[in-house]
Amino acid sequence: MKAKTLGHFEKRQKSNVVIYIVCVFLAILSILPFWTMISNATRSTYQIQQHAISLIPSTHLSENAAVLTGKTFNPLTGFFNSLIISTGSTVCAIYFSTLTAFALVAYNWKMRQPFFTMILAVMMIPTQVISIGFYQFMYRIHMTNNMLALILPCIAAPMTVFFMRQYMLPSLNLDIVASARIDGAGEFRIFNSIVLPIMKPAMATQAIFTYVTSWNNLFMPMILLTKKENYTMPIMVSLLKGDIYKTEYGAVYLALTLSVLPLFVVYFILSKYIIAGVALGSVKE
Amino acid sequence: MQRSGKKLKGVNYAKYGYIFSIPFILVFLIFSLYPTVFTAVIGFTDFKGVVATTFHFLDKPFANFQKILANATFQKSLVNTVVIWIINFIPQLGLALLLTAWFTDRRRKIHGQGAFKVMFYMPNIITAATVAILYASLFGYPVGPMNDILTSLHLIDSPFYFANDPWAAKLVVAFIQFWTWYGYTTIILISGVLGINPELFESAEIDGATSRQTFFQITLPCMRTILLFTLITSLVGGLNMFDISKLYIYNGGPANETMTASVFIYTQAFSGTYMYNRAAAASMIMFVIIAVLSVLVFFLMRDKYEAKANKEMRRMKRALRKAGKEALQ
Repeated sequence: MKAKTLGHFEKRQKSNVVIYIVCVFLAILSILPFWTMISNATRSTYQIQQHAISLIPSTHLSENAAVLTGKTFNPLTGFFNSLIISTGSTVCAIYFSTLTAFALVAYNWKMRQPFFTMILAVMMIPTQVISIGFYQFMYRIHMTNNMLALILPCIAAPMTVFFMRQYMLPSLNLDIVASARIDGAGEFRIFNSIVLPIMKPAMATQAIFTYVTSWNNLFMPMILLTKKENYTMPIMVSLLKGDIYKTEYGAVYLALTLSVLPLFVVYFILSKYIIAGVALGSVKE
Repeated sequence: MQRSGKKLKGVNYAKYGYIFSIPFILVFLIFSLYPTVFTAVIGFTDFKGVVATTFHFLDKPFANFQKILANATFQKSLVNTVVIWIINFIPQLGLALLLTAWFTDRRRKIHGQGAFKVMFYMPNIITAATVAILYASLFGYPVGPMNDILTSLHLIDSPFYFANDPWAAKLVVAFIQFWTWYGYTTIILISGVLGINPELFESAEIDGATSRQTFFQITLPCMRTILLFTLITSLVGGLNMFDISKLYIYNGGPANETMTASVFIYTQAFSGTYMYNRAAAASMIMFVIIAVLSVLVFFLMRDKYEAKANKEMRRMKRALRKAGKEALQ
């Protein structure tokens, strides 16, 4: 009996070893491309031509930076534009989605159920398939190259409304709303000073995802923003594919590194919340 | 107190439901519904050219649609989209299920699950444009880390032109998709397993089921809905794939080997001859495909929400009664 238990134990240990090996391998697979990128950002073109992969950084960072700033890549402009668009989009999406969710949860209106059904129905329709009409519309009202064209549509974010509603249903006690009314608070004030604080955790989770999605978005900005000074980070990155960077290997790696550095910082600070947010069944694009 | 009770009854709060929905509805009508209708209309016209602002309806209304459906590049882009999605999704789901089985097995304890999840999910958060260009560099020709590894290990004699081979190009794009999304799928599936009633697992344990039996007989059948949901959302996401196939090889490559439907629409509308009408027709075809898939998801999820909605109604009624009582006191 004892031997059997021991054998069982050993078997279990062995299979766990396989699991750890697979998991560590996958973790390395996640890191290695980025590690190569960062290390190559500090190496000269000649070093990369000799050996394109090296885990040890070199000393040519400033040379690569000089090559980069001499060309079209302007990380500061891209960073600043992305910052404005992402911040604007996130604030609009989070505030108005919570407001819409409040309308869906707290009030008993006739069109409530049809409205929610409509939100579910349009949740999966992506912007790609309506881009032609959207571009033509913006072109006609002279809103191309206007960042508002990318920010304002975020007020209607069906996915976020859906998430907010699911979170608000169990966590918002309607008794509190009712007693605030008795104290004489207006409906809009109830939303701003009672509902918003209750929704903080959900708003934080959704804010991270909206921000990252907006920051990474390439399709719409590329169609709408045609002036160089309006380019966002992903558009700047997409230009690295051009011929002027053909042999500037180190500079391209440095540009890529600069474009994702803010994301790495945000991810590793907030990873706990991000993973929890994904587990709640969050946005997939 | 009596007075406020009367006042409470007198005020019609339902109107605030409408008022607070106005921003959403207004923006939806202007920035979503109108562009959708506009796109559909353009699909029936002769609208093309970069500076054109006027257009006329075609004599044969479906001419653009017929041309697009017969267009070899569009057909190829659709096939590519599906092929790349399949090569990426099957291993992705397989690996995600394996990791889920390992991480949720009640009989083993895997340490560092949190850290592993953080690592697996990381590629998903990084800008797809950056990832595409990074992989183009990693699989670069003649100078690139991948070729460096393969020649150093003497697996190949001379550098391999990954972007120039139809299957190698598709495989790399599919791998990038796999690499970006398997962490997400794993986390979703694990949260699905955690939502299953633990009593099921307990009774299986008491009945002496092995880990394998538990996974195949209990876990998998209970996850049917979430698996279908993952499948369809992934398919819709795959149909819209743009950044990676556009940037890994510019515009899907000279022979369109990695061109997807989204890249096709983009190149038709915003480069070369600016064929807005053709691109709009292609968009509407994609719209229909995605709408059908969305309806599937909708019916999949509906029952759950109806049950929730009923529960909510009861809760609301109770709250109202309570509020009314309190107000009267």
